Amino acid sequence: MADRPARRALGGRRPSGALLGVVPFFAYVAVFLIIPTLVVVIGAFVGGKGGFTLSNLRALGQPAVTTALWHSVVLSAVTALAGAVIGALLAYAVSTGRPGGVLKKFITSLCGVLAQFGGVALAFAFLATFSATGYLTKVLTSAGLDSSGGLWLYEWDKGLMLVYLYFQIPLMLIVFLPAVEGLKPQWREATETLGGSTFLYWRKVAAPILMPSFIGGLLLLFTNAFSAYATAAALVSQGSPLLPLEIGGTFTSEVILGQENVGKAMALEMVVVVAVVMTAYVILDRRASRWLVR
Amino acid sequence: MRARTPYTPWCVTLAVATTLVVGACSPPASTSGGGSTSGAGAASATSAKDLGGMDKLVAAAKKEGTLNVIALPPDWANYGAIIKAFGDKYGIKVNSAQPDASSADEISAAQRLKGQPGAPDVFDLGTSVASANTTMFAPYKVATFDSIPATLKDANGTWVNDYGGYMSVGYDSSKVPAPTSLADLLKPAYKGKVALNGDPTKAGAAFAGVQMASLANGGTAGDVTKGVDFFKQLKAAGNFLPVDPTPATIVSGQTPVVMDWDYLNAAQSSKVKTWKVFVPQNAVLGGYYVQAISKDAPHPAAARLWQEFLYSDDGQNLWLKGGARPVRFDAMKTAGTLDQTAAAALPQVSGTPTIPTQADSDKAKAYLAANWANAVG
Repeated sequence: MADRPARRALGGRRPSGALLGVVPFFAYVAVFLIIPTLVVVIGAFVGGKGGFTLSNLRALGQPAVTTALWHSVVLSAVTALAGAVIGALLAYAVSTGRPGGVLKKFITSLCGVLAQFGGVALAFAFLATFSATGYLTKVLTSAGLDSSGGLWLYEWDKGLMLVYLYFQIPLMLIVFLPAVEGLKPQWREATETLGGSTFLYWRKVAAPILMPSFIGGLLLLFTNAFSAYATAAALVSQGSPLLPLEIGGTFTSEVILGQENVGKAMALEMVVVVAVVMTAYVILDRRASRWLVR
Repeated sequence: MRARTPYTPWCVTLAVATTLVVGACSPPASTSGGGSTSGAGAASATSAKDLGGMDKLVAAAKKEGTLNVIALPPDWANYGAIIKAFGDKYGIKVNSAQPDASSADEISAAQRLKGQPGAPDVFDLGTSVASANTTMFAPYKVATFDSIPATLKDANGTWVNDYGGYMSVGYDSSKVPAPTSLADLLKPAYKGKVALNGDPTKAGAAFAGVQMASLANGGTAGDVTKGVDFFKQLKAAGNFLPVDPTPATIVSGQTPVVMDWDYLNAAQSSKVKTWKVFVPQNAVLGGYYVQAISKDAPHPAAARLWQEFLYSDDGQNLWLKGGARPVRFDAMKTAGTLDQTAAAALPQVSGTPTIPTQADSDKAKAYLAANWANAVG
């Protein structure tokens, strides 16, 4: 009983040497997450010649920055919502397949690959297909079906959304599949035995159970799109319509100089947006899990 | 197990702290051997005379044996051939780092690598980056300093313009009709085909492209409202192609019309036979790049010898062969040392060139920062 205070300090858990095994993880988090975050937060308040300043934060009010933020939020929200809905429906379709069947194995492993197929490779695939000199554009133009010349691909609200959906939908399928597979057939049978319709089953049983996972997936998709850089950078090189591109510009511009700390202020702005989304998720999740014992 | 328990949190803290210290420390700055012995004099020399003449400079540079250059693409103003010629002539190994880096990257590399043997010795910079960082340069006057026009150099040789050119429209004559003015680019024949070399809020060449469009539409190099309006129209007509042109996009036909410096456009003609260069008559916008020696150059003598080479007749003619106008163009023409064939191959330019002043650029930058993204985004 002598070690009781020590146990309490460790959250009442049975202490063991296992904690040592987590040390590399903490070190990793410190080096790759905590320190960069501190650099961003401190840098956002440092002026071009050193010293504390709020001018970097004031620069966030420039129309170019506010527009980029708005574009980023809209792009992330739309692709997250569309990706979540389509991905969830696909996940349900896959879950109805024969367990351990070839089709199911094929689709889940395919989605595992596609969900990570972002960046320059994805941008190139779309360029080769849809850009002005892309294969499909050429075929459609010669058939007289397309007169846009493929320029829509470089627009943030057309081309970028389509490209982002390409990795958003498979990601949703992967994260949502375990949840739909967790639906027990007995629950449906119980509903039917008690005289409930299919609609009633979905509304009163399945939807509440799936909701936290769905919202979790939605959030993941939002942050995934919000922070994506390489795909957009490879595709769009003019006008920096998104916040991550705008931040990149402040570090490499050879025309407008001394903007590095404004870039850090923009990064801080992104951290704040993600924090708001996370808070909203926590609140929603608490409501959703009220009638769930997990 | 139990006995160790109270120490576990300390172990975690210690491990994290160790990692932090290791992660936060950059490798210890080593003092460069070449710089401290033979280079002691070279680092402060402001001309070859300070070192006892050209022969002494060559000897000191050969002793260092290495030169670090950065951000010099081989197909940019003939730098590939220049680096080779310099290395062959003096037997000095040239380390060319990050050929595609921007001017801002050059300065940040010099700051980051300060005191290390891999730091850049010399810079090739856009004017705005150069004028913001003059404290990082070592003043040096090359032997031919007097034949460089006074407006294109710092009186002490802290920075010197090296080569320049005019803003131009390069186009693939097998894909589009030849433009006779910038306004032609608004026509349907150029639908989805007109690209600018970069984002003008980031890349110097693109910035000059907007200034050229401004001149062509009755604006000035300082007030670029009309230039931005031109690109807005170009975008509205569906002609503006928001792709960064590279030699690869030009060869593959992705960017059939490119606004860029004439020497960069001219360099593409060797790969694409039908590639032509056009400098709009009423909008001749000139611009020079800047050459400077790093104050903290790890190879100070080699850095100075590189400058001597660049501003010698040989070096200047090599830039000319790359389609760029070397800064001693007029002096060499008078002296008869100019490469006549290369000079004749330059794109035809008529009208008085406009060379933007610092005030022009500052004004234009402020306007672009606020308005460019909305014009084409």
